[in-house]
Amino acid sequence: MLYGLLAAPFTEFEFMRRALAGVLALALGAGPIGVFLMLRRMSLVGDAMAHAILPGAAVGFLLSGLNLFAMTAGGLIAGFVVALLTGLVTRATELKEDAALATFYLLSLAVGVTIVSSKGTNVDLLHVLFGNVLALDDQTLLLIAANATISLLVLAVIYRPLVMECVDPGFMRAVSCAGGPAHLAFLVLVVINLVSGFHALGTLLAVGIMMLPAAIGRFWARDITMMVLIATAAGVAAGYAGLLLSFHSGIASAPAIILVAGALYIGSLLFGRVGGLLRQLVPGRHLEA
Amino acid sequence: MACALRFKNVTLGYDRHPAVHHLDGEVDTGALMAVVGPNGAGKSTLFKGIVGTLKPLAGRIERGELSAREIGYLPQAAEIDRTFPINVYDLVAMGLWHRTGPSGGIGAKARASIEEALAAVGLTGFEDRAIGTLSGGQMQRTLFARLLLQDARVIVLDEPFNAVDAKTSADLFDLVQRWHGERRTVLTAMHDIDFVRANFPETLLLAREPVAWGRTSNVLTPDNLLLARRMCEAFDEHAGECLERAV
Repeated sequence: MLYGLLAAPFTEFEFMRRALAGVLALALGAGPIGVFLMLRRMSLVGDAMAHAILPGAAVGFLLSGLNLFAMTAGGLIAGFVVALLTGLVTRATELKEDAALATFYLLSLAVGVTIVSSKGTNVDLLHVLFGNVLALDDQTLLLIAANATISLLVLAVIYRPLVMECVDPGFMRAVSCAGGPAHLAFLVLVVINLVSGFHALGTLLAVGIMMLPAAIGRFWARDITMMVLIATAAGVAAGYAGLLLSFHSGIASAPAIILVAGALYIGSLLFGRVGGLLRQLVPGRHLEA
Repeated sequence: MACALRFKNVTLGYDRHPAVHHLDGEVDTGALMAVVGPNGAGKSTLFKGIVGTLKPLAGRIERGELSAREIGYLPQAAEIDRTFPINVYDLVAMGLWHRTGPSGGIGAKARASIEEALAAVGLTGFEDRAIGTLSGGQMQRTLFARLLLQDARVIVLDEPFNAVDAKTSADLFDLVQRWHGERRTVLTAMHDIDFVRANFPETLLLAREPVAWGRTSNVLTPDNLLLARRMCEAFDEHAGECLERAV
């Protein structure tokens, strides 16, 4: 009975196994990235970037159909162009980074929707917006796994300068010039993880597997290492449970995964050990020292 | 005596407006020097120039064999994100960057030196405390521990004893004297004139340009201090180009 509920969908259907592999790889890369986005107060940057990659993917799609490499390359190019223009405008004018990013991602999104709606069909638009985690082919699966691997390896290399840059940018500048490149490498990781996420979950929900687990981690851990581990575990759990929910109830799988993550988040918000609402309402007697 | 820092007609400032004008002189190796002046006199600007985060508008700062990155620097208002989930131990360990780099391990020897630094600033037992829970004085002690680990030959402290209590500033000044005893060069921006008179052999009095520089007793005269206050005139949006001693 339990086996039928929890394991059988994956043992019996190959598309479910593929979906599970894809979602797990996605969660492994996106968890740590999300934690750093959150700690750098860039939680909404991921969302904006996810919108920004849409026109690139759309152009790739129109040029060569549902071709993985065309859509991925298009998405990457659009993401990097928007990131670059944002950086340039921020440095050259009075506009702050958030405003500069907002202008470019909205433009990019408008261009993307125009292209998709004038040339494609509604089905295509849905595919781009909501992804297709139940139909991951070998290439897409490899891409997602490769992106997760690259993310973890690069993060391992830039982890120390990145943390130092977050905690004390002035000190980092004074002792080393590694802070800037680390930040740049981190932004590249954000974009490649969004591209992975967009194949599986679509541009709109790709950020969900990054930011919701990160916020969950914040409610349970006081140090960054634990936060990353909890966030990753939460992403993995949401991916697995979301696929099951989708399989048994017929809800579309991408929103099902994010909904499960959302439920975990609300639970953490209420009962979290670090600053959860219940803890604040019923703090217990104060301590001796 | 060898000199640690040499200023050659240095002008430092922002957006072409000078904040430190035409500074010439040398800081001897092993000197313990106070930099004194009213708010806006250019003390912090001078320090940013020394550690290389601000390029001079004109002139040159020579640092001997040291590179700018090898100078220990405690800014007036560190840009530390106190909400970041990191503990005291890890923040102090950042001082080992010059030895570990981005991926070097922290072995038994390094761990012992971290413990030693924490003990020297009186923070033994605080290793696992999140930095967000520290008081102002404890934070300053933490930053001094990090400076200890940096093991720098030249150390620049920008108003390190502001907003800390007497006990903390006395403890931290003991460290400054220990550095002085180890023939390290220490420059400290200070506001407490009496404290400078009692503890610093050498003083630079700054008021957007050098007013006096040398033995503290010769520099901190009532006349010089009055002059410094008068010279700290406002930033003039429409100032003309400076032609004095143009190079």
